[in-house]
Order: sequence, then structure tokens, then C-alpha cells
Amino acid sequence: MRLALAQASLIRHRARTVLAVLGVAVAAAMLLDMVMLATGMRESFRELLLSRGFELRLAPKGTLPFDTDATIPGVTAVIATLRTNPDILEISPVLGASIHILAGNRDVSGSALGIDPSVQGDYELLSGRDVTTPDALVANDHLLSQIGARIGDTLDVATGYDPQTRTYSGQRKLVVTGRVKFIYGANDQSASAMRRETLEGMGRQARDRASLFMIRVRKGADAEQVRDWIERQLPNVTAISIATAIAQVDERLSYFRQLAFILGAVSLFVGFLLVTTLVTVSVNERAGEIAVMRAIGVSRSHVVEQVVLEGVAISFAGAVLGLALGLVTARYLHTILSAFPGLAMAIDFFLFQPKAAWSALGLLIVSGIGAGIYPAWRAASLPIAESLRREAIA
Amino acid sequence: MSPNIGGQGPIVSLRDVRRDYALGAERVHALQGVTLDVERGDYVAIVGPSGCGKSTLLNLIGVIDQPTSGTVAIAGKRVDAMSDREATQFRLRNIGFVFQRFYLLPILSALENVALPMAEAKVSKAERAKRASELLAYVGLGNRERHRPSELSGGEQQRVAIARSLANGPTLLLADEPTGELDARTGTEIISLFQRLNADGTTIVVVTHDEDLASAARRKIHMRDGRVVDG
Ligand SMILES: Nc1ncnc2c1ncn2[C@@H]1O[C@H](COP(=O)(O)OP(=O)(O)OP(=O)(O)O)[C@@H](O)[C@H]1O
Ligand SMILES: [Mg+2]
Repeated sequence: MRLALAQASLIRHRARTVLAVLGVAVAAAMLLDMVMLATGMRESFRELLLSRGFELRLAPKGTLPFDTDATIPGVTAVIATLRTNPDILEISPVLGASIHILAGNRDVSGSALGIDPSVQGDYELLSGRDVTTPDALVANDHLLSQIGARIGDTLDVATGYDPQTRTYSGQRKLVVTGRVKFIYGANDQSASAMRRETLEGMGRQARDRASLFMIRVRKGADAEQVRDWIERQLPNVTAISIATAIAQVDERLSYFRQLAFILGAVSLFVGFLLVTTLVTVSVNERAGEIAVMRAIGVSRSHVVEQVVLEGVAISFAGAVLGLALGLVTARYLHTILSAFPGLAMAIDFFLFQPKAAWSALGLLIVSGIGAGIYPAWRAASLPIAESLRREAIA
Repeated sequence: MSPNIGGQGPIVSLRDVRRDYALGAERVHALQGVTLDVERGDYVAIVGPSGCGKSTLLNLIGVIDQPTSGTVAIAGKRVDAMSDREATQFRLRNIGFVFQRFYLLPILSALENVALPMAEAKVSKAERAKRASELLAYVGLGNRERHRPSELSGGEQQRVAIARSLANGPTLLLADEPTGELDARTGTEIISLFQRLNADGTTIVVVTHDEDLASAARRKIHMRDGRVVDG
């Protein structure tokens, strides 16, 4: 009966209710986006790091992967040391370098990874074949379209360029064998990969070096323990586990999270005020009706329930609509944010997680209950006789 | 239909009842010592000029207001200092209210409006529907159960309101200007309905300016300036 009455009062002013629900929906959408933003980046970063199952990364001492040009020497020796630990399942050394591709009289620069195709975890092959031969190169779509090349084309690639003498060094002809997508790279960066020996051969640096090692740990093994072991065994590397990487990213993202938190709180508050206002207006309008209900014996608590229910109903309808709206706007906001220049990784800013939706919904319903408290208190403490008299005069 | 008759003594008993209102710095003495008894089964009309305190008196009898001093007893029970919770329960079980403006809930059907106080009194759904239907038939609206208030005439709405006031078989039916918003012909229908109700045993106290309604009562109480001038 009370549910019917709350519904009744909402239906009576249909246009007003719809407007309020829309208002709450906008606030709810904003709230969901902010909850998604606050938790999504970290989650998607974690998923990204874990996507290939490499729990550990080794970088030159004191650096982050690919943060500097520094490299780790003695790849063979490092691998030999790592192999002695039975918890280490797979080792993937990666060498990074910048390259120039000479296309006609143009020079397109990009990055190249020197990898071992049997253990690499940096890219996915989209078409063609992997770098199974020494003169093979795979590239992402961005690079291919920049140089106008296709699978099967031969490219003139150099690893060095001296702007004073305008000469290239470490030149070699490589054949494009496949189209790939780099997991950790943004789509608007020109990136390629070849065998590590090939890239080493083209450079002037000493051989047997790697910028990074990615390491897969045996299932059930403690990655942190392996990490400590590696740092003890190899004093010139920094071993980074996913947990520490996330902690580092977390630190960098804390501004984002604070912003998201504040904007989310503001949206919630705006929604709260909207519902309070609407329900208060509705209670004031129905003062006579409420007084009559009290006079014929409807209890205070039932009046309170009905009013609170009204607020919750608006909040709930707004929340459900808002969550849908939030998902749409999140997609739009994501395209804006991922166009941000210099973004190193393909991170999902607004990762949808059911948890985020539930917490946004929960917050909205709690705020809907809160929003009903003041008008409900007004309705319950209405002086019956005086309200009836005022109504009769009006 | 028969109300909770039983027990001894008057059903309404007021002793030296005063009700002051604070109006800014001044005090309005709306009731200045009213002493009054209403017997079971009686039908009383309270009449008097506007502002003499009729509504104030009825509100005290109906336990929606409390006196500044004096005592009010309904069916032998003191109601002048009840807590809100007690007063609400008391009204629900013992008092039927009819107002000048009918105050039906616009979204509910006639039947649902009549059933509302029963729901509040935790009467089962089936019983509610049955009794509400009987009450609507009693006030002559057996064929209007599904109608919304907006689909009913003023007189019909007031009859639904009367049926609602009878929902929990009240000891006492109170009405403040029940014909105030109705034309003379429709007013007459309400007057005869009240007479029929009283004949069937309901004690009625009605406040009115309507001469016809007042003379239909068994007893008239005249008020002036917050006092009963003759009973
Ligand atoms: N809440 C209030 N605050 C201040 N004064 C009030 C209040 N309620 C009633 N009064 C005053 O008390 C007096 C009696 O009012 P009451 O409503 O009982 O009169 P009434 O006889 O019902 O009048 P009417 O026939 O016009 O309905 C009036 O002077 C009125 O102005
Ligand atoms: Mg009056």
C-alpha cells in the first residue's frame, strides 16, 4: 500500500518526476564514471601487465622498463643464472632501440624491439608470420601506414643517423613478414619488432645486451620470493613484480584518483540535493493530504516510510538510467583521454567492473534514503490540526 | 456497521477545556473553558459564528490537537495528553473523520481509499476488500468501486470519505463542515446519510454553518467566543 502511495505521488507529477529522474541520472552517470576512473586505470594496468602471464620484469638497476636507454649486459649469463631457479619458467629478453626507415627520400622513425619470437610477450600477430628469419620484421599498423608498406615489402632500416654528416649507420634490408599489435604500446606510435640478434647486429653497442627481461614464474610459486632471489643473484638489475609496478603506477595516478573522488562526491551531493528538493516540494504540496492521513490514523512511521520510499524510487530510477548513461559517456571520455599525447600504454581509463556499478548504485540508494530524511521528518512532524486549518483557509 | 458500543457514561466528556494559540506576542483564547458531554448514540451539531472555536473543539475531541488546560475523555479514556503514537492508534480504532474538502487520495480508487485505514489497522487484504465494498454499498456507491476521485462528483466523493471514516467501525464520527463544498441538493444526500448512520447506532458530532444539517441533528450546541452558550 505504501509503495503504491509513493508511486502514486510520483505519477501525479509525471513531468516533474521525469525531470528529477533525469537529473539524478546525470549525477549517477558522472558518479559511475568517476568510480570507474578511480579504480579502472589500476585494474586495467594490472590486467595489461598480467595479460601475457609475465609476473616479473628485470630492468637495469634503478630504472623502470624502457625508462632510459640503459641496458643489461651479458644476456647469456643472466639467463644461465635465472635458469638455476626452478620457479622460473620462461625468460624473455627484450632489446629496445629507435630505428629509421628510409622510404624513398623520406625518413620515418619509430621504435624497434629485439625479441625472441618463441618467448616474446610484447605483441600479438594480427596477420602474416612472426620473425622466424634473421631478416624479418613485424610492424604495427601505424608504422605500416606511415611508410605505405605491406607484408612482403622490403624496407631499408637503419639504427643510427648522424645529423651533421647526414649519414645513416647500422643499415640493413628487412622484409615485412607480419602485422602486429603491441600490447604495451599506444596505437599511435610507430613500432616494430625483429629478432634480438638482428637488432644487435645493426647497432654499434656491444652484443648480448637487453633492455628488459620478462619472466614467467611457475604456477603456485611466490613471485615476490623469486623477485628477491633475482635481486640477490643479479646486483645490476632491478626486478619489478606486478605488485610493485602497480604500486608505482598507483602513486602516479593518485592525482587522477583524487580528482575522480572529488568529482564523484560532488555528483553524489548534487543528486542528493535534487532528490531532497523534489521530495520536500512534494511533501509541502501534500501537507493537507498528509495531515488527513495522519488524522484518520496513519502512523508517523508510515508517513516517513512513504516519503523516504519516494526519494529512493527517484534515486533508483535515476541510478539505473544513469548507469547506462555512464557507460556511454565513459566510452566517449575514454576516446578523449586516450588521445592524450605521450600516453605510453593502451590503458582503459574507464574499465567497467560490476563492482564499480554496484558501488555507484549503492551510494545512490543510500543518498536517496538520506535525501528523504529531511522531507520525511517534516511530513512526520506536521501539526495535524494546524495543517488542516491552513489548507481550509487556502 | 454497529460501532463499539458498550461501557457506561458519556462517549465524549470535556471539563473546563481551554485552548490558547500563540499568535506572535499575543495569545488567542480559542476555547475559554468548555465543559460538555455527548452521550452514546447522540447526534450533535455544533453551531456558532465564524471564529468561535468550533473546529478547535472538534479537533480536541478528535485527538488531533491537545488542550492548553482541562481534560478530554473519549469513551472513558483520557486523550488530552496522549503521545503521538497512542493518539494515532486511538484515532485509527475509535474516531472517524470527515472534512469539508474530502481529501481522498487522487491516485487510489474509491475502494482503495476506503480500505486505506483498514490496511493501517492491519486488516487482511480479503477482509479489507469485502468491508470496503460493503461500506461503499452502504453509502450508495456500490457501482463506483473502481472509480478514481476525479471521476466522481463532489457529493459522491464526500460519500466515499464518509465510507472511509467508517472503515474501522469508529466509536465516534466527527465531521467539520461536511456539506461546505456541496450544493444544496447534494448536501441533502449527506444529511440523510448521517441520519441513517445515527439511526444505525453511530454517535456523530458535526460542526456546521448549514442550517439544514444542524436541524437534522438531535441536539444543537451553540458556541460564542470560545464558550458553549447553551447545550
Ligand atoms: N493555529 C492557530 N493559530 C492562531 N490562532 C488560531 C489557530 N487556530 C485557530 N485560531 C483562532 O482560534 C479561533 C477559533 O478558530 P476555529 O477555527 O476553531 O473557529 P471556527 O469556529 O471553526 O470558525 P469557522 O466557522 O470559520 O471555521 C479563531 O479566532 C482563530 O483565528
Ligand atoms: Mg472551522
